[in-house]
Amino acid sequence: MESNILSILTFLPLVGILAMFVAYMLKQDDYIYKYIALFTTFIQLVLTGWLYKNFDPNIILPADNVINPTKFVIQVPWIDNFNIQYFLGVDGLSMPLILLTSLLMFICILASWNINKYVFAYFSLFLLLDTGMMGVFLALDFFLFYIFWEIMLLPMYFLIGIWGGPQRKYAAIKFFLYTLFGSVFLLLGMISLYYYSGIDSFNLIELIKVTPFISAELWGYEIKYLIWLALFIGFAIKVPIFPFHTWLPLAHVEAPTSISVILAGVLLKMGTYGLLRISYPLLPSEVVSFSYTLAVLAVINIIWGATNAIAQKDLKKMVAYSSISHMGYVLLGMAAVVSIDPTGNQAGMNGAVMQMFNHGVITAMLFLLVGMIYDRSHHRWIVFPSDYKDKDLAGKLGFGGIANVMPVYSGFVMIAFFAGLGLPGLSGFISEAFCFIGGFSVFKLLTVIGTLGILLNAVYFLRAYQRMFWGDLDERNKDLSDITSLELVTIIPLTVLIIVLGVYPSPLIDMIQPAVQKIINIIQISL
Amino acid sequence: MIITNIFIILLLPLLSFMIQLLLPKKIDKIKVYISSSIMLISLLTSLNALIKIYSASKMTLGDKLSFALTNSALSSIEFNWISLPDLKISFGIIADSMAVLMLFVVSLISLLVHIFSIEYMKGDKRFSRYFAYLGLFTFSMNGIVLSNNLFFTFVFWELVGVSSFLLIGFWYEKRSAGNAAKKAFLVNRIGDIGMFLGIMLIFLSCNSFSYKEITSVALLVNDNALMTLGGLLIFMGAIGKSAQLPLHIWLPDAMEGPTPVSALIHAATMVAAGVYMTLRIFPFLTLDALHVITAIGALTALTASLIATAQYDIKKVLAYSTVSQLGYMICAIGVGAYFAAFFHLITHAMFKACLFLSSGSVIHSMHHAQDHINDHSKDPQDIRNMGGLKDKLPITFYAMLISTLSLCGFPLFSGFLSKDSIVAGSLAYYHQFHGLSIIIPILIIFSALLTSFYMFRLIFLTFFGKPKDKSIYNHVEESSWLIKFPLVLLAFLSLANIFTFPNLNPFDYHGWFSTIISIPTTVIGYDMSLIKENIHHAHYQAMLFSILVAFGGLILAFIRYYLNSDILGIFNSSLAQKAKKVFANKFYIDELYEKMIINPYLDLTKKASFIDWNLYDQMFINFWGWITLKISKISAVLDYSFIDQFVVDGFARLTNKSGKELQSSQNGILQSYLLSAIIGLVVLIIIIQQLG
Repeated sequence: MESNILSILTFLPLVGILAMFVAYMLKQDDYIYKYIALFTTFIQLVLTGWLYKNFDPNIILPADNVINPTKFVIQVPWIDNFNIQYFLGVDGLSMPLILLTSLLMFICILASWNINKYVFAYFSLFLLLDTGMMGVFLALDFFLFYIFWEIMLLPMYFLIGIWGGPQRKYAAIKFFLYTLFGSVFLLLGMISLYYYSGIDSFNLIELIKVTPFISAELWGYEIKYLIWLALFIGFAIKVPIFPFHTWLPLAHVEAPTSISVILAGVLLKMGTYGLLRISYPLLPSEVVSFSYTLAVLAVINIIWGATNAIAQKDLKKMVAYSSISHMGYVLLGMAAVVSIDPTGNQAGMNGAVMQMFNHGVITAMLFLLVGMIYDRSHHRWIVFPSDYKDKDLAGKLGFGGIANVMPVYSGFVMIAFFAGLGLPGLSGFISEAFCFIGGFSVFKLLTVIGTLGILLNAVYFLRAYQRMFWGDLDERNKDLSDITSLELVTIIPLTVLIIVLGVYPSPLIDMIQPAVQKIINIIQISL
Repeated sequence: MIITNIFIILLLPLLSFMIQLLLPKKIDKIKVYISSSIMLISLLTSLNALIKIYSASKMTLGDKLSFALTNSALSSIEFNWISLPDLKISFGIIADSMAVLMLFVVSLISLLVHIFSIEYMKGDKRFSRYFAYLGLFTFSMNGIVLSNNLFFTFVFWELVGVSSFLLIGFWYEKRSAGNAAKKAFLVNRIGDIGMFLGIMLIFLSCNSFSYKEITSVALLVNDNALMTLGGLLIFMGAIGKSAQLPLHIWLPDAMEGPTPVSALIHAATMVAAGVYMTLRIFPFLTLDALHVITAIGALTALTASLIATAQYDIKKVLAYSTVSQLGYMICAIGVGAYFAAFFHLITHAMFKACLFLSSGSVIHSMHHAQDHINDHSKDPQDIRNMGGLKDKLPITFYAMLISTLSLCGFPLFSGFLSKDSIVAGSLAYYHQFHGLSIIIPILIIFSALLTSFYMFRLIFLTFFGKPKDKSIYNHVEESSWLIKFPLVLLAFLSLANIFTFPNLNPFDYHGWFSTIISIPTTVIGYDMSLIKENIHHAHYQAMLFSILVAFGGLILAFIRYYLNSDILGIFNSSLAQKAKKVFANKFYIDELYEKMIINPYLDLTKKASFIDWNLYDQMFINFWGWITLKISKISAVLDYSFIDQFVVDGFARLTNKSGKELQSSQNGILQSYLLSAIIGLVVLIIIIQQLG
């Protein structure tokens, strides 16, 4: 069990797909696919819970291959000719993201219950996506990582392109090309690492020991720096880091609710996870020389994302831009790894990883809530645009006063919005505060600019809240029904997490801290 | 023992919040009494703690050292919240006399507001939600009071902001209420950004969030520039929360909330949190920072009282009065009059809560009268629609009169003692620094004159003269004892002797209050013993000025609004009219912000969105798509027309053609085949030989 749990977690969804296929052969009712998917993700969630319970964050990955490696590692040769291994492992960096993935998968299956178009295809693609995500977070062999990274791309393309909104095909192709563009760089970086490392290996743990000593040059540049850049572009597109961010609002607006949840909740974190798992430990001196640029980009993300969010009339697009802004906090915290003040670098790095998890939960909740209002009124305009197809509505408020007809729903939206604007007592606050404390210990001026985000985030969330939920109730909206019990099931776990981790963040910190410290130490040595 | 009780006081209002939120709507009526009882328990517990502290200080009277020991023994509870190897955050409770007294005041006013609201909010469809928010507020406020470090002060600071947001926007169907709530939150956030930056700056240099530790580190390190910057940044939080210039704009708008809320949050407690926090950071504020704080406080006191003279909404007058009084407190901290600032905070909490609840009682009665005649065309908060109400609302009138006298600083009332201490502090400030610093006592004393003027203007217009609207007037009547009781109690607590007990001389502030409050002795900014001496010397001078301006303002208001005459010819001069217009429009500060900051920024967001989407994405990113398509078309042409059609097919054609050409050799004649074979064989042999 212990050594195989990682493989089971990764490939369980494929078993689910197989079961669906059998059901398809037997020509079962559409509901069976939903139940199979639900059951699969439920088992996965339980297994992840078991993993979390038995996981010891203090035992780190087998860096030296000697003392006390964590029991949750599986390492077997796979393609011997190229020294490619099937190498999975879990540590404090991946654990929160695995928890996040399996929780959000389970919730998303529930949130997809009303999907009626090509049910079999939808749920099997969704499960395939699950395998991809799990694999990315668990893989410790770069090649394997890359395979899973690419596996995710395909189901995502179809899920947006088939089940999305009116512009779904455009959005899907844009998402696909953007990401593929990044993948090319990732591939280049990976192969270069393989050759230049001198050990012909993709093993990320082995590579840590040799890559800092690569000294080759290419076209007058240090090869290490080129590799860093290639990997950075590959990961930056996923995060997304300005200026590679424009696929995100479009993809979110067009994607169905559950896909948006996964996209914002999990996929964006892969970018920062990749940087922390691969770029940081492998190329520490490049991290140091690039950190200022990273901080600049982080602040641009924060401010630009928030500024754009304020201007949005579509609620979902607003939340999408807020994700860009919030990922900026992660980047700022990550840039702070170069702080010579141990308080600063610990705050920054732990804050960044915490923010990855917390933002995943908060943004998932936000997108679920957006989906609920969309299901009811078939639009999500905060304000109808001036060129809206119904001329009478153009320029008017999309909702207004619906707190009166949907009191419970509006209560949850309030919690989610307040979590989004970083209210103490809710989980987003402490991670944002840590990112800032970290950032402030190195990049004083940049962080001061970045803290404007605290205000700007509040501006768009509160403006949207007031416009949608307060004020006079429009005739059009008086029949909106309040939240259903199924919807409550999807929302409550996230709400509980947001509040519990807001009041008592220690479990999360204790889980990630040792692994994060390891990365900090690697970077600090090359300062 | 005390500490556990105090911890319970912190959590009790949270319980009330949960009860209101989670128990079913059916038992709303019972729930409010549960919540009120919870507040009563908090009140009694804090009273108990207060008495213990008082008797402890009595026992060791004159023995400062042992008092300090008792005091510090009280404040030793810490919960570890976050621990990274080099970054620890804990939640610690500070339970000194200041905190306990503050706790007592918060519980008291919260309880009275609960009682008042049972009647005032009767029939509201979100009745229990209202009490839930009150509970949340009280909890967060207690948190600010008890936190012993900046981090948790900030946490509760924000939570207080949220409860304020929820309560201002409580009647959210009104657009103005929603706007006011949003404005309050956002304006406060501006201050909070500064506060957060200050906390980070000080934390990263002193490596602690705790008030006490920061002070001791700062005394050692003595980095003036850093501590000035850090202190002022943290003070920005107080500028927001305590509505000081230039962030005062949210407080008058906050009057959109239910009036009891205004009494609790926007008069007595939350807005005082800024003052309280500044008192906490006072020991590590540098002299430079304190000068800035003095100036901001004094300017706020003046500006707000000028604006108050031209307002007609009964609550707006009180709101600006609050801003002005908060300016007094801030200024008092700036000049080093630590005791005076806290004293005024407490006395102000009583009489201002009383004033607001009285105004609530007036509004409630006006509203009911309007219900009676079924005419809601007139604003029930506009003092121009009132007049002569003293006969109809005698209890409200006397409560309001007493609290007004107290606010204006008339002898026998608590405000006299605390205001007098502040005036003395400002005079002492002048005695210490001379020169330009005379502006500060002038501003403070002049504002006191204005205070007395606008408050009596309010009293005369509301309660005296002829009723402006007879039909409403006839139906105005006092509300139930749920409303009257809090007024009476608070009016009683506005008497001077309440704070001087057991000393019965109302001109001497010494008493239980001055006994328990201990002033920090070693601070960065001032020599506290010198300050004490200076204040002591300025005392009689200050008393003289205070009494003079209090009566001066009363007489001016009496002439203008009771006698309705302009014997001095100042009120109707064109200059006065122009000034009045400026005051009525609040110096156009809101408009200025709107024009200079808010609108340009909102335009900018639209432009940013256009740049991000229409220009950058649709033009630039998609341009690459277009380029790729073009290249692929060209390469398609190359691929098909040239490589495929010409090169590949060319080979085929060549083969074809050569096949046709060679067809003639396939003639079926054996000899020619044989000849070919032999030639081939010879060639082969030659090749093999060459290779060998």
